[in-house]
Amino acid sequence: MRDRAVLLAAPAALLVAALFIYPFAYGLLLSFEPLKGDWLANYAQFFSSDRLWPTIGITLKLAIPATLINVGFALPIAYRMRTPSRSQKWLTTILVVPMTLGTVLIAEGMLTYFGPRGWLAQFLQLVHLYDGPIRLTHNYWGVLISLLISGFPFAFLLILSYVTGIDPVLARAAATLGAGPWAQFRHIYFPLLLPGLAMCFCLAFVQAFSVFPSAVLVGAPAGPTRVISIAAYEAAFELYDYSLASAVAMIMGFVQLAIVAAVLGARSLLYRGPVTGGKG
Amino acid sequence: MPRKRRRSQSCRKLKHDFTELRLDAVTRHFAHGAREVAALDGLTVTIRRGEFIALLGPSGCGKSTALNCIAGLLSLSAGSIWLDELRIDPLPPEKRGFGMVFQNYALFPHMSVRQNVGFGLRMRGVPRAEIEKRVARALELVQLRGHEEKLPGQLSGGQQQRVAIARAIVVEPPLVLMDEPLSNLDARLRLEMRAEIRRIHRSLGRATIYVTHDQEEALSMADRIVVMKDGRVRQIGAPAAIYSEPADLDVARFMGYRNELAATVEHVAGAEVMLSGGLHGRAMGALTPGMHARAAIRPEDLALGTGPLAGRVENVEYGGRDSLVDVLLADGTRLHVRSAQSAHLGEHVGVAFAPHRLLVYPVG
Repeated sequence: MRDRAVLLAAPAALLVAALFIYPFAYGLLLSFEPLKGDWLANYAQFFSSDRLWPTIGITLKLAIPATLINVGFALPIAYRMRTPSRSQKWLTTILVVPMTLGTVLIAEGMLTYFGPRGWLAQFLQLVHLYDGPIRLTHNYWGVLISLLISGFPFAFLLILSYVTGIDPVLARAAATLGAGPWAQFRHIYFPLLLPGLAMCFCLAFVQAFSVFPSAVLVGAPAGPTRVISIAAYEAAFELYDYSLASAVAMIMGFVQLAIVAAVLGARSLLYRGPVTGGKG
Repeated sequence: MPRKRRRSQSCRKLKHDFTELRLDAVTRHFAHGAREVAALDGLTVTIRRGEFIALLGPSGCGKSTALNCIAGLLSLSAGSIWLDELRIDPLPPEKRGFGMVFQNYALFPHMSVRQNVGFGLRMRGVPRAEIEKRVARALELVQLRGHEEKLPGQLSGGQQQRVAIARAIVVEPPLVLMDEPLSNLDARLRLEMRAEIRRIHRSLGRATIYVTHDQEEALSMADRIVVMKDGRVRQIGAPAAIYSEPADLDVARFMGYRNELAATVEHVAGAEVMLSGGLHGRAMGALTPGMHARAAIRPEDLALGTGPLAGRVENVEYGGRDSLVDVLLADGTRLHVRSAQSAHLGEHVGVAFAPHRLLVYPVG
């Protein structure tokens, strides 16, 4: 019976194989078949070219702060909203909106709002709060803001689900033992949340690392926000060098994997058991 | 460094000893849709040092609400709580310093037994060496030495329960609050833990407030029982008094007076009442001849034999030492009789009882 039940997973396994494993293997092999040179020529080119290898650093410089800010802000807000209430329902509804909009629409909105003649600049100049030029688009900050807008709801909703999964009676027990609100968070909620936060960090990071539309639309794709996915795009669709593009994609995947593996490795050192305090 | 000093100061504010805890008209409302419903309505009781008090009642009677109000986990809608001359109801739970044992134990799943038990002391800024010593002593008291490094998930239900108790008492609180702590244990363990909890209560010498819906538990453990129903106190008294003289019909029902007879009062002489049908009973309220009344009696106080009641045996439940016999009277009333002698289905039997065991309450 049980052996046959495994077969139920077959369609999903096939789908994963067709949509993920096959393209990945294909890309990997393709990356070792450069247009000219030996089998590692693409990788050698990537790490020796000033146009290519700095994109790793540029992407990390965007993705890591964006992820840290998203997770860091989502945590206290989700913690404050942990008891079900009307405001919780409203906030989660409002936060789902940017997730459904997509990055292109967010970039569109940002250009009218944060642009040099956007509403923000006009408003600040109107009330004479700040008269200098405001440059929040077509540079690093534009992309970072866009990553925050699109990434925060995701981090918030994920953390909220972790927070509400922790039995609130644990915090009450801590309170009767003399723990104030901060100590309750520090000693009870935070350690129990940490594995979930690590997971949330990984997912948010992978999302931010593959940034593409906003890096083009509200960034400076020629220089400061020339992220790794732009490099891959250029290789594939401007140079028509699919092999090089595959190599860039492989490197991109490897960097993501390295960061995720490091975080999940640290996570395995943490307590990861039930988050309730006894028999239900 | 300054943080440490502030902690030890706030620790000094927590009381370790007291003379009495006074609950003065403690009331708690809950919003139920648009309406406000009183889950607890005017609870007034004084608990003295050394006392073991049981709050007893069916589920939804307000006993857990009362406990949470005392612990500070629920704010009061009205009334006040006093620990001697200190008014504590505006204080948050962490400033009250009462120990609490939760129904589902609420052990911190990510901390070892040692860390769980030591948590309260750590919050009070007690030095590490002393924490070590006091945790060891508390674990000794609940007979859990040798399990210090285990996580709660690795312990059995009974062991988890004892960790929860050790964690609550290690800070030597003036008051230990227990919310149905034995309801998740099996019958044998429950009996053992009853004696254990009494022993721990005596060795601490402070006060315990124990919430339960199990009348047997309350009778066997408490010095005084507070019987509650629908958010109100129905009776406060020693177990023996509650057992033999329930204040009203509801309390009587809850304390195991399973049999009820409707009757009219014919004659009253002091505590003795004569009812229609030739029944003699004991007056439990102001009764006058002609009045409608209800008489209550336990199955244990009835016997099969020649008596003023008679009927047909409807059901027999064998229970080892005795049997529970259901007797259907001519007027349709069903009596439960705990009888040492067996009976046969359909047999006509008489039912006898001692008149002072039949409690007669006025109706309305």
